[in-house]
Amino acid sequence: MRRGWFLPIAAALGFAFLYAPIVSLVIFSFNESKLVTVWSGFSTKWYAELFKDPQLLGAAWLSLQIAAVSATMALVLGTLAAVALVRFRRFKGRTLFSGMVSAPLVMPDVITGLSLLLLFVAMESLLGWPQGRGMLTIIIAHATFCTAYVCVVVQSRLSDFDRSLEEAAMDLGASPIRTFFDVTLPIIAPALVSGWLLGFTLSLDDLVIASFVSGPGSSTLPMVIFSKVKLGVSPDVNALATIIIGIVALGVLGATILQLRARPKKARP
Amino acid sequence: MAKKPQLAIDTRPWRDPAAKPFVRIKNVTKKFGDTIAVHDVSLDIYKSELFCLLGGSGSGKSTLLRMLAGFEQPTSGTIEIDGQDMTQVPPYNRPINMMFQSYALFPHMNVEQNIAYGLKRDHMPKGEISDRVAELLALVKLQDYGKRKPHQLSGGQRQRVALARALAKRPKLLLLDEPLGALDKKLREETQFELVKIQESLGVTFIVVTHDQEEAMTLATRIGVMNQGEIAMIGEPTDIYEFPNSRFVAGFIGSANMVEGVVTEDEPDHVRIRSAELGCDIYVGHGVDCAPDQLLWWAIRPEKMHLSREKPEGLNGANVTRGIVEDIAYLGDMSVYQVVLDSGKHIRVSQTNSVRGNPDAITWDEPVFVTWGDNAGSVLTV
Amino acid sequence: MTTAHEPTIPPPRRLRPWNAVERRLAKVGISGRVLVLLAPALWLLVFFLIPLAVVFGISLTTKQFGRPPYSPLLTTEGGTVQLTLHLNNYIRLFTDNLYVAAYLSSIRIAAIATIITLLIGYPMAYAIARSPDRWRNILLMLVILPFFTSFLLRVYALTGFMRGNGVINQFLGLFGMPPLVMMQTDFAVYVGIVYTYLPFMILPLYTTLVKLDTSLFEASADLGARPLRTFLSVTLPLSLPGIIAGSMLVFIPAIGEFVIPSLLGGPETLMIGRVLWDEFFTNTNWPRAAAVAMAMLVVVVVPIMLLQRAQSTMVEK
Repeated sequence: MRRGWFLPIAAALGFAFLYAPIVSLVIFSFNESKLVTVWSGFSTKWYAELFKDPQLLGAAWLSLQIAAVSATMALVLGTLAAVALVRFRRFKGRTLFSGMVSAPLVMPDVITGLSLLLLFVAMESLLGWPQGRGMLTIIIAHATFCTAYVCVVVQSRLSDFDRSLEEAAMDLGASPIRTFFDVTLPIIAPALVSGWLLGFTLSLDDLVIASFVSGPGSSTLPMVIFSKVKLGVSPDVNALATIIIGIVALGVLGATILQLRARPKKARP
Repeated sequence: MAKKPQLAIDTRPWRDPAAKPFVRIKNVTKKFGDTIAVHDVSLDIYKSELFCLLGGSGSGKSTLLRMLAGFEQPTSGTIEIDGQDMTQVPPYNRPINMMFQSYALFPHMNVEQNIAYGLKRDHMPKGEISDRVAELLALVKLQDYGKRKPHQLSGGQRQRVALARALAKRPKLLLLDEPLGALDKKLREETQFELVKIQESLGVTFIVVTHDQEEAMTLATRIGVMNQGEIAMIGEPTDIYEFPNSRFVAGFIGSANMVEGVVTEDEPDHVRIRSAELGCDIYVGHGVDCAPDQLLWWAIRPEKMHLSREKPEGLNGANVTRGIVEDIAYLGDMSVYQVVLDSGKHIRVSQTNSVRGNPDAITWDEPVFVTWGDNAGSVLTV
Repeated sequence: MTTAHEPTIPPPRRLRPWNAVERRLAKVGISGRVLVLLAPALWLLVFFLIPLAVVFGISLTTKQFGRPPYSPLLTTEGGTVQLTLHLNNYIRLFTDNLYVAAYLSSIRIAAIATIITLLIGYPMAYAIARSPDRWRNILLMLVILPFFTSFLLRVYALTGFMRGNGVINQFLGLFGMPPLVMMQTDFAVYVGIVYTYLPFMILPLYTTLVKLDTSLFEASADLGARPLRTFLSVTLPLSLPGIIAGSMLVFIPAIGEFVIPSLLGGPETLMIGRVLWDEFFTNTNWPRAAAVAMAMLVVVVVPIMLLQRAQSTMVEK
């Protein structure tokens, strides 16, 4: 097909649109002036400022803990759900189950947050658990919606999976559990890693759900950022954003390189 | 059916009614929901056989193989191996190994690890494992490839690793699902003979599933032709080709001319069939289990017929008809003539090109006579 | 060959520990299968489905002071259990102009933003799908990368871009043009939605477009269709599942969006997610917030079903 100019230009403009705001944010994080928009010289003082803010550091630590735990829980639950959906062709309530797994993906955050908060309040008055709200309730909430994402990622890997590999292992004398650990797990491992990373970043990023289900004294990083941002643009938020974007970019880049290397090369002639 | 020649000393256990089968499949049926994949199949396979299950896609051959391996449970019927009922035994406890159509080599393990996998599951001592792996690598001529990963191998090499892995545990029975299906034609022909050699030297019983009739003919001691979940015929390759038991088998294996006819003479030593399609009578030199006036079919291979310009002397006033050469396919060693008979029926006759550049060869649009011997064709009632 | 029977099958092997565990579980009727299914099913039941039911229940109560700040659904008085349902929250939803306007404006903003996203995302997805193999993965990664960076920070980056003295206006100033007022307008909300949800549009579009066989375009051109005609009669219909899936992935969350209207929109930018938030956090009217959520759920149910259908056709292909 003849290639026109339209597509490349449209794509280039689209990518410019996606990246220009981020790039300007990164540039202005190194600005000397407190005025975020007027360039007045290179400086890293806002980064230093960042590490003097105990509230910010505390929130960041809390968010990292929550993200790690909820991503791990979501990894287990999402993988099990994916196995059930891909491997068990027919079972009672399959439609309901697959609906429950995929609905959190698109459910507006405000609904998810409100519903979980109301559940926790009702449970507390009925069962006395969970007592108050804080880290635990945020973890539960994040694990729930991250499960859906992990499930999607693992599901697509599992449906590409050649079942005869597992049959071959069993044929050679491995029990089903042995087969799972020797063959299935190593092969779907890349999907598990990316599922976990996805859950981790989504949890780290969530503002709305955490705002509903957190309690006093358990403000996550996005909650702190949001309250700062509402007051206007501030250079230390720029610095914080640059750090987060840098870490994520490195992570995604690393994961992509890993995946490209792990991909089977073409067979030799 | 014609009498088969009997050898003085028969090494073929399936011809000995007292021989004990190694694998005994009894009345096995497998349903998936409402569809019947395998229907009431009974089959005996003997030690050291190389048995081919031959059939088109959806004929149930793969399902039967998977039931032998234990990946599918028969809906009814039993499978015995060496006298033991295997129906309830899970695949990992069966003394059977399988070579998969996709080879199913573990992509995250190298060649040695793949071959050693089954041995490790048996808790074989480390030293013995490495000896066995080396021995198998030598058997499949891949000594220098032990540390390679499957994706670094060619198709033919992968196929040999899969074979080595399946043989590693010294199974008494090896199942092979389209073992040569993924190889190109030339490699396939070479590998066929290698496979037979390995099978004979190890004395392992092989059950091979294939859709390729040439492959089945080359490899097999016996062939089971499958059609729509049932066994259509079991026999040695020559039986299947020369003495098909049904129109399906005659048409499925090789090419055959098939005509309809009516029995006009039914004697113990011969029958005569009148065929309007053929435009003549067919004289069959042996008795056939049939009734007078019965409608039946007669099948004949193209190479069992002969073409001539002059009418040959009548063979009991039958077995000769006339037609016009409509088309010729020159294949080098032989030519296949398409002859249209007076009835409009087309038949194919192949003639060996024994004379080089024969200027006198029968050519397009020539009127010709087609003849055949008393026992050249098969009378089929189903 | 001998026909004598020789024992060739080894005696049953020593049971491995795993096998023993499996057997013990199987004895009480628990197979691995049931365990695999049960854990996620129970979790999602308790923390996804039941919460929605709780929201519905509380939407039928009324605000009161105390903890929790809503009237009980069930009261026991002298041995009789009494169920009290308040419909006033729903009645208010339909009679109070604020709510009706908020719903309508949410749907309008989400729909317009979805169409803009589609118009920007389609050429990008198409360009990526038609790009040479070695470029494709890099371009895809560039699309996914912002998706991994913080949503909140990306919205924040936009504020720096569109403010009165932001990057755009400084750029315009270079040419002597007057600054534009962009922040705190509906326009900023559109930009925000398009900007943050663009990857959600591109990915499903790319998935359908990349699977299209190039010989289809060649066949169409061969049969005499001009490029535009080919696009309209071949490419567009075949990429419809991707269009629907991408649009719904933008539309559904955009309806309930809270961060974008509250950071980029003005005080008059009405969106239902923001109304719910204020109802809950500012007015602490939990029952009203619950009713708003139920009504929002009704609005997104149809798009969710559309999405599911589009996704299943994409999987089949």
